[in-house]
Amino acid sequence: MNSVTSPASTAEPPGRWRQLVADWSSDQRAFQVSWGKAMMWIFLLSDTFIFSCFLTGYMTVRIASTTPWPNPSLVFSLKIGGAEVPLLLIAIMTFVLISSSGTMAMAVNFAYRRERVKAALLMFATAGFGVCFVSMQVFEWSKLILQEGVRPWGNPMGAPQFGSTFFMITGFHGLHVSAGVIYLITVAVRLLKGRYDGPGGTGGNYQIVEIAGLYWHFVDLVWVFIFALFYLW
Amino acid sequence: MTSTTGQQHPISLYLKIWGLLFVLSTLSYLVDYFNFHGYLRWTLIIVLMLMKAGLIVAFFMHMAWERLALVFAILLPPLCLLVLVGLMATEADYTFLTRLLFFR
Repeated sequence: MNSVTSPASTAEPPGRWRQLVADWSSDQRAFQVSWGKAMMWIFLLSDTFIFSCFLTGYMTVRIASTTPWPNPSLVFSLKIGGAEVPLLLIAIMTFVLISSSGTMAMAVNFAYRRERVKAALLMFATAGFGVCFVSMQVFEWSKLILQEGVRPWGNPMGAPQFGSTFFMITGFHGLHVSAGVIYLITVAVRLLKGRYDGPGGTGGNYQIVEIAGLYWHFVDLVWVFIFALFYLW
Repeated sequence: MTSTTGQQHPISLYLKIWGLLFVLSTLSYLVDYFNFHGYLRWTLIIVLMLMKAGLIVAFFMHMAWERLALVFAILLPPLCLLVLVGLMATEADYTFLTRLLFFR
């Protein structure tokens, strides 16, 4: 915990930008976690606010709508052997995403045990579940757009706001899942290549797996709220 | 070295949480399947949702083992959102009633 040792502090009075970098990179810690983990948490907090604003906006237009809201239970039902099973696709998507959270948690565990191959394989499995989830979302969207005629400005089943909020909320969540898949694969490949091993077999640091895991669990967390507030309401 | 030993918990714990999340998800799906209505539906949906969210944050995201400084910094700000939700629910009710009066 020495004083600030930025290159600029010894010579001339530092420029404003140098000063800013020195202040934000020096040993002034409120959170006893690595900067990477703290930054991920702060990002996730900001994301929480964005998703909450979307869901609150959806609540507002849904309460205020005088035209009936389409029944999500029926809109998202699937025909299995002639019988309509309500909300089946969404239930499967939920289980897939929860399973991806399970494999991710185990990946973090193996990373801290320094079993990097197992950790990387579990991360690939997680990414696979993510791809599976997004694929089902593509199916869901195309069914809604092509067969049911739902648009951001209207739908044949009732309140036009159904379309706009649906595409906004699930679209933004699907974007997060897709970005997460790329993120996980990137980290897993780098893990296998030994990028996080540190110089000369010093042990390195696999905490990046936990940080990536935080993001992935957050995506699952958001889906819990979307599932309850959009599909079950 | 704290960074290599940090957040080590037995795999069996994660598997239990995973299983529990499956059970809770099944229950919330059944709420819809059995077509519960009214306050019963709402209570079940919200309670199951919060239980699932709590399990994910506490165990998968390791919040249960973090220092309080971080826990409070992350978990308190979202509580402010309840104010927003309350305000907007009131406002939406008002809009709805106004529409009933003037646009039907």
